[in-house]
Amino acid sequence: MINFYHALAGFSGVSFMASTEKTERPSELFIDLHVKYIQSLDTKKDDLEYWLTEHLRLSGVYWGLTALDLMNNVDALNKEEVVKYVVSCQHDNGGFGGHIGHDPHLLYTHYAVLILQIEDSLDAVNVEKIVEYVASRQDRQTGAFTGDEWGEIDTRFSYSAISCLSLLKRLDAIDVKKATEFIMLCKNFDGGFGSTPGAESHAAQIFCCVGALAIVNSLHLVDADLLGWWLCERQLKNGGLNGRPEKLEDVCYSWWVLSALSILGRVHWINKEKLTDFILTAQVSFTHLFMIGNFHLKALLLTA
Amino acid sequence: MSFENYDWSDVVPIEQDDGPDPLAQIAYDPEYSKAMGYFRALAQKNEHSERALTLTEKIIEHNPAHYTIWHYRQQILFSLNKDLYEELDFIRNQVEQNPKNYQLWHHRQVIVEKLKDCSLESSFTEEVLNDDSKNYHAWTYRQWVIRTFNLWDNELSFVEKLLEKDIRNNSAWNQRYFAIFYNPTKPSEEFLEQEVQYGITKIKLAPNNISPWNYVKGVIAKSKLKIDVLEELCKTLYQQGIISPHALGCLVDIYEDRAKCGSINEKELGIQTCILLAEQHDTIRQKYWNYRKHVLTSIA
Repeated sequence: MINFYHALAGFSGVSFMASTEKTERPSELFIDLHVKYIQSLDTKKDDLEYWLTEHLRLSGVYWGLTALDLMNNVDALNKEEVVKYVVSCQHDNGGFGGHIGHDPHLLYTHYAVLILQIEDSLDAVNVEKIVEYVASRQDRQTGAFTGDEWGEIDTRFSYSAISCLSLLKRLDAIDVKKATEFIMLCKNFDGGFGSTPGAESHAAQIFCCVGALAIVNSLHLVDADLLGWWLCERQLKNGGLNGRPEKLEDVCYSWWVLSALSILGRVHWINKEKLTDFILTAQVSFTHLFMIGNFHLKALLLTA
Repeated sequence: MSFENYDWSDVVPIEQDDGPDPLAQIAYDPEYSKAMGYFRALAQKNEHSERALTLTEKIIEHNPAHYTIWHYRQQILFSLNKDLYEELDFIRNQVEQNPKNYQLWHHRQVIVEKLKDCSLESSFTEEVLNDDSKNYHAWTYRQWVIRTFNLWDNELSFVEKLLEKDIRNNSAWNQRYFAIFYNPTKPSEEFLEQEVQYGITKIKLAPNNISPWNYVKGVIAKSKLKIDVLEELCKTLYQQGIISPHALGCLVDIYEDRAKCGSINEKELGIQTCILLAEQHDTIRQKYWNYRKHVLTSIA
């Protein structure tokens, strides 16, 4: 069993890539260490600037909370405080910012709804205003969604909008047909999806597009065999997954790739044993900070 | 001039208020805290001024993903009628440190849209791609520039340069497809056949590189050709003792096509190739190849 401080130090590293340095491969997931790690973020002494930089604190809360939820430990964060904090991020137009005083944005609006759903506290906010805000992000001509009033377009936002409204049971507020059309414009020759029409296929964008299509019952538009193959081709000899051909593997792709495959009913096309090995080894090296707590847990549960 | 050199005597900084028991509080750098205190005060009265602009620069330096600050900066730039070409320079300086920052790239797009001048964008993206030839933001931004300002003409030769540097650059292969098929001028059948030959040449240089395989199949799908145009290539590689799962996989595709047209011999060949892949040459994807075998077996 690895020393507690060694493991915690590993998680606290401000690094950006999963490393598969040669290290003793643990045989288990250190659940209690992960819980302690997430809780430890709630102290003033912590300086995990990259993980919880102010503008995305709301996302940080979601990733921490959902990781705890997976470990059956949602109460490790105080529910009342979480809800109060989320509420304080809402603007008059219904959108949520990444933190108090930050401009509203579709991404954080989605995160807010996800958190409130986990905490069963949607009644704490003005839901109708949220619906209005999300709907206002859709360009009715192209079906695409902008992240905010400044106009950035990306299929990440299509997913955020569709997922958010689906959770609120208000998909009627947008033009679903047009939204679907735009997503399909982002489908590429290799069966994958990019951020905008013509953009390179990327595992994270594929997760967004496949997820969105699944929610609106349009998975039949995807060539599941072709895309499934593209996704399982992400697995490298060391068992890890990359996000695009000829790129390096990273733990976060376990989430994007596996969840997309899972939606397509083809998660078994990934070699589970080799991926598990890779993830558990990455557990004790430097990693993407907030992602490790959630992504790899979700990945392991998907392959369990 | 640093933001601290301005006169701030009229401003009461607003401290960060995370509530009595803050969730996941951070120990901030004191300079950043000071700048943020001033920002909150200025944002409250919606001040658009030189000192505000300089302030945004400081905050961006510390936290380039702070999207609200970028919005504020844009508003100030436009209301003070600042030289937007200087802003393009500012962005160019920032991109070195933060090449994968969403806000920075979108900021550039907003500025270029306002200027209606794309003359610097080709070299800007080229510079970034010289540092990291697979930078997703650079590629999608470049595509936006090409589509918006109709700069299709030189793109194939740009892609060629990058493929020469690295034949395995999947982004460059994707861009090749973009330059041909998203171009308002549609390619001729002859051109597509040439592209298939081009792809085959590149496959031979690195048969285990998946990008040209995907590319060529994509081109074939848009042409009058069929996938069996690759049969000779796949068989030649195998006969030369070059084991490429992509070549073998391509043969499976070809055999499956023919099996569906009634060829029993090809159906059997396809099954055998799947077994070869599952058990020897692409074992990590065993379950995928077993599925393909099952599909073949089920063909009546």
